[in-house]
Amino acid sequence: MTEIADNKTPDGPVDAPVDAPVESPADAPADAQADAAAEDVVLRVENLAVDFRTENGPARAVSNANLTVRRGQTVAIVGESGSGKTTLAMAVLGLLASNGSVAEGHIWFKDEDLGHVSAQRMAQLRGTELGLVPQDPMTNLDPIMRIGQQIDEGLIDNGLRSRRDARARTVELLDEVGLPDAARRAGQYPHEFSGGMRQRALIAMGLAGRPALLVADEPTSALDVTVQRGILDQLAGLTQELGTAVLLITHDLGLAAERADIVVVMYHGEIVEQGPARQVLTAPKHDYTKRLMAAAPSLASRRIEIARERGLEDVLDDALLAPGEEAAAGTVAESDALVQVKDVSKVFTIRGSGLLSRSKDFTAVDGVSLDIPRGSTVAVVGESGSGKSTLARMILDIEKPTRGTITFDGGLVGAGGHKDQIAYRRRVQPVFQDPYSSLDPLYSVFRAIEEPLRAHDYGDAAARRARVEELAEQVALSKGQLQRFPAELSGGQRQRVAIARALALSPELVVCDEAVSALDVVVQAQILQLLAGLQDELGLTYLFITHDLAVVRQIADRVLVMQQGRVVEEGTVDTVFDSPATDYTRTLLDAIPGKDLELAL
Amino acid sequence: MLRLIVQRLLLLIPLLLGLSVLLFAWVRALPGGPATALLGERATPEAVARINTLYGFDQPVHVQYFKYLGRLLQGDFGVSTRTGRPVLDEFLTRFPATIELTIVALIIAIGIGIPLGYIAARRAGSFIDHSSVVVSLIGVTVPVFFLAFILKYVFAVELGWFPSTGRQDPTMIATHPTNFYVLDGLLTGEWDAAWDALVHLILPGIALGTIPLAIVARMTRAAVSEVQNADYVRTARAKGIRASRLRGEHILRNSMLPVLTTIGLQVGLLLSGAVLTETVFAFSGIGSFLAEAVFNADYPVMQGFVLMIAIVYALVNLFVDVSYGLIDPRLRRQQ
Amino acid sequence: MSANELPVTDGAAAEPLRRSIHGDGPGGADHAGEGVWGRAWRTLRKNPVAIAGFVIVAVFVLVALFAPLLAPYGPNELPGRALVRPTMIPGPSAEYPLGLDRYGGDVLSKLIWGARASLLVGVLSTLFGLAGGMALGLLAGWFGKWVDFGAMRLVDLMLSVPSLLLAVSIAAIAGQSSMSVIVAIGVVQIPIFARLLRGSMLAQRGQDYVLAASALGLSRRSVTMSHVLPNSVGPVIVQATLTLATAVIEAAALSFLGLGGGEPSTAEWGRMLTAAQQELAVAPRLAILPGICIAVTALGFTLVGESLREALDPRNRTRR
Repeated sequence: MTEIADNKTPDGPVDAPVDAPVESPADAPADAQADAAAEDVVLRVENLAVDFRTENGPARAVSNANLTVRRGQTVAIVGESGSGKTTLAMAVLGLLASNGSVAEGHIWFKDEDLGHVSAQRMAQLRGTELGLVPQDPMTNLDPIMRIGQQIDEGLIDNGLRSRRDARARTVELLDEVGLPDAARRAGQYPHEFSGGMRQRALIAMGLAGRPALLVADEPTSALDVTVQRGILDQLAGLTQELGTAVLLITHDLGLAAERADIVVVMYHGEIVEQGPARQVLTAPKHDYTKRLMAAAPSLASRRIEIARERGLEDVLDDALLAPGEEAAAGTVAESDALVQVKDVSKVFTIRGSGLLSRSKDFTAVDGVSLDIPRGSTVAVVGESGSGKSTLARMILDIEKPTRGTITFDGGLVGAGGHKDQIAYRRRVQPVFQDPYSSLDPLYSVFRAIEEPLRAHDYGDAAARRARVEELAEQVALSKGQLQRFPAELSGGQRQRVAIARALALSPELVVCDEAVSALDVVVQAQILQLLAGLQDELGLTYLFITHDLAVVRQIADRVLVMQQGRVVEEGTVDTVFDSPATDYTRTLLDAIPGKDLELAL
Repeated sequence: MLRLIVQRLLLLIPLLLGLSVLLFAWVRALPGGPATALLGERATPEAVARINTLYGFDQPVHVQYFKYLGRLLQGDFGVSTRTGRPVLDEFLTRFPATIELTIVALIIAIGIGIPLGYIAARRAGSFIDHSSVVVSLIGVTVPVFFLAFILKYVFAVELGWFPSTGRQDPTMIATHPTNFYVLDGLLTGEWDAAWDALVHLILPGIALGTIPLAIVARMTRAAVSEVQNADYVRTARAKGIRASRLRGEHILRNSMLPVLTTIGLQVGLLLSGAVLTETVFAFSGIGSFLAEAVFNADYPVMQGFVLMIAIVYALVNLFVDVSYGLIDPRLRRQQ
Repeated sequence: MSANELPVTDGAAAEPLRRSIHGDGPGGADHAGEGVWGRAWRTLRKNPVAIAGFVIVAVFVLVALFAPLLAPYGPNELPGRALVRPTMIPGPSAEYPLGLDRYGGDVLSKLIWGARASLLVGVLSTLFGLAGGMALGLLAGWFGKWVDFGAMRLVDLMLSVPSLLLAVSIAAIAGQSSMSVIVAIGVVQIPIFARLLRGSMLAQRGQDYVLAASALGLSRRSVTMSHVLPNSVGPVIVQATLTLATAVIEAAALSFLGLGGGEPSTAEWGRMLTAAQQELAVAPRLAILPGICIAVTALGFTLVGESLREALDPRNRTRR
């Protein structure tokens, strides 16, 4: 396996110029490798370059890409957003945006060059020889057409089934991807399906023509982790059974490690490294891959991470274990808890949509209690709809609890008047998930960070300027960036601004609501490190709301698992991760991609 | 579906009540007071006094309003001060003409606007795309009545291809059982009468239809541009379906959702435009009659016509909403 | 460990490529520190359509401002009265470059003075509608609940009557004057602005930065005034520019229906167009010239408005 994959990327440093043009096969692709394995080659991409026409002239999105996919093999292309991985996959399917085109090289599929066949031929191949499972199940189904019909039409137009027999086949296909009650479901519309069910329907669609090559573009990234695993298993099972070659596009290294035979790493439109999955991940050669590996949220706990950073890798000494054990005992002294949430519930009343329909009650948070010890990090994990964000908002005093109490440093939250609320705001600050919407587009970075200072009458203009500059330094923003506007910053930079703004008033508690979820892994790791550093430096207390268990392990001391508004499990990170008490937590943990890899390392 | 219709009809009631309050207040705010407004400016003091007692203008305001509402509910919209006939009768005799004209205008707007917008979006940057931009600019910048003037001058006065005024040649012998002249001709078998009525509709129809055409074309272009880049269209292409199916079933059908709403809103524009277009072409529908009412300060007609036009407009939009529900399954279930 | 030692890559190196392909990245370094409006202005300056619109509007405004200097005759002068016969209206000549009208007025002078009248009606009525609509929208967006409900029902009510009919009804109450035309057109615009501002405010209110501002301890008023409102006015300003075009056209329509007040020979485009109806066969230029003036003016405002909309659209952020 290793030798086979390596014939495209010879030994030696991979970031050296790729020496491909030497043996460029002009016509017959099979002449170079005459061995039996060559017949198995489904897709061979050679020196591929893709350009997009822009107003500033052509922009190269993919350059000099070489890769091979064999029958039954899964090849994962890994990279962050903008790395060109999706562009490469779409070039293979001939589905580039209208301003994109193959500029150089070849895409050999069996014995045709997909980069240069006619549009008609390409359309013929799609749905028969080539299949796609797209990324976002919410936007990839036609909202006004029944699910069954959307699969029927492919079968009919590709001549696979007659108009009469199509539906029966569609039901078979839906059944095959694990959709219960497929016959009835086929008659429904997409909005009547959950995200997971839609994704199953899309897989059925992608495999309907029994393609030789299936492109799976982030097939589960929009779904909850527990759903993800089931769907990936189904996909893997089916493609294995059918001998389908899969080109898996993902940003998730863990997922690639777990699901792929070959991993291809892309960065800035170029393939920087490729090889058998385990080899690439255990012994990365290229700098970027190394960085990606280092940044990937590992399952090593935070204490080990800290230990590593301090160079104490070999000894986990008492000093480090002490705080952990104290927390493990679960006996946080009352006086030491900065925040105490007692039996809090939040009930929303959903107004009926019509004139005649009655309003309904929806319990988002149901009898939750938790303590946040001073100077520690407590994480609340859960899938979408678990009530974790509502809980955060109640602690921020943006929402009022329906029942129960929240105390902060001994005082009841939300009980006092306007003045008390303002005072509370100084001590508790949020950092939100989406760095694109959490900053006012009309405010420069300076103004954004200065705003809380102004609002709370912090000193004069010069004092405020000094404070803003100090904060910028703390979050590693340069002075020049203070003049910029959010639209001119990258996602990570914006999140730094949001953190600086949150820290401006020297709060005691920072509530991070999915604060790193929208960021690429490398950036995510930097922000997490920044947060950890600031905690050491400023003695901050964190409440971390996230759906990502790997992040939890990296940063938190204690963790609460929420499901449907209730806390189903609570404990130190190590106990919860190493010996989960409930099935739900176990499911969540099992669903983390790349867990096996981590254990293998 | 039925529930949706009933629900929308119920929502009409508060709207119409609100409108009746406004129109009631409007008459009272008119210069000269309500009695003069209803009788016309040359009314004798005795007549004013009689009207004041008859309509109770000397009574408390709320009593007056309920009396007004009561009359409305009995179909009494007052009497035209100019013709002396009941407002409702005037409206009903002329409304078929305006419906005919509006239908022709809508056919022009939809029949040209949708294909134009569709082709413009599918071939972005082409000649058709650029022409569609020009057409939509003309549509929003040229006053309706100016366009009507020009059409009348060029095609009726100078070229003589079309009649310049009226609904039918006055010398034409024709019977009018329904007052829809084209339909009348077809029903009675008077083919030449039907044809003549149709020819009379062409120029006003074009004048009235141009603005909606521009807006429909523009909306279609925007909707198609968006839909053809939607994820589900790419996925549909990945399935390898026929191009005609992709265009018809996925792109066009999804694009029509916003366009449909736009078309409903155009009806309001058409009813406004009818006032001007009908006047230019001396076409005796509710628009030209309303314009004359404005000229002659015939307030009962203005009051009654505004209310009835608002009802028509609301019903058209209800119809559009319901057909929206027929295309979009998401709305069907939500209700 | 200090945060300062962190390598700050943040994937920023990937930005230029990402930007050129997806068009959602940060602006170029040469324009660093530029706000949303600054960028919109720079986009506009490079857009030929916007420039064409600006030129048209500028010419129109200048003509309106300097009408007394530019027009050979006053707005109410009828210098060629003696030359006009019922069957013959003198066409262009050296003395009257665009000819005379039925009353003996100099068409060129009347068109120039007409620019002033149209601009006045357009700007004042739009300001009226803008002020009313913003007030109503702000009220609804601010208080929410039943105030919002009431305001929006009022808006529904106003929109239930086709716009011209509403304007006619209002003008009928307000009496025969150019002021009543301004009020009538202004009132008709109120619901559009109100709905737009409210919708825009609601959309902004759901954004995280508004939540973050409240969490900073800013009062509801400061949050609304310094975050929600400034971010909501974009579409309203675009609409106001486009409304200037409709206002000029609607004013002409009201004149056409005889609601402008004053003499039939008034130097006002809508009125001139109306008066020309009788002489369509004799002197079509009397209708064509004011009609073109109205259309070109409306075109100017529309072009500016549309390119402003495009420049402010976040989806076109990096177009330049």
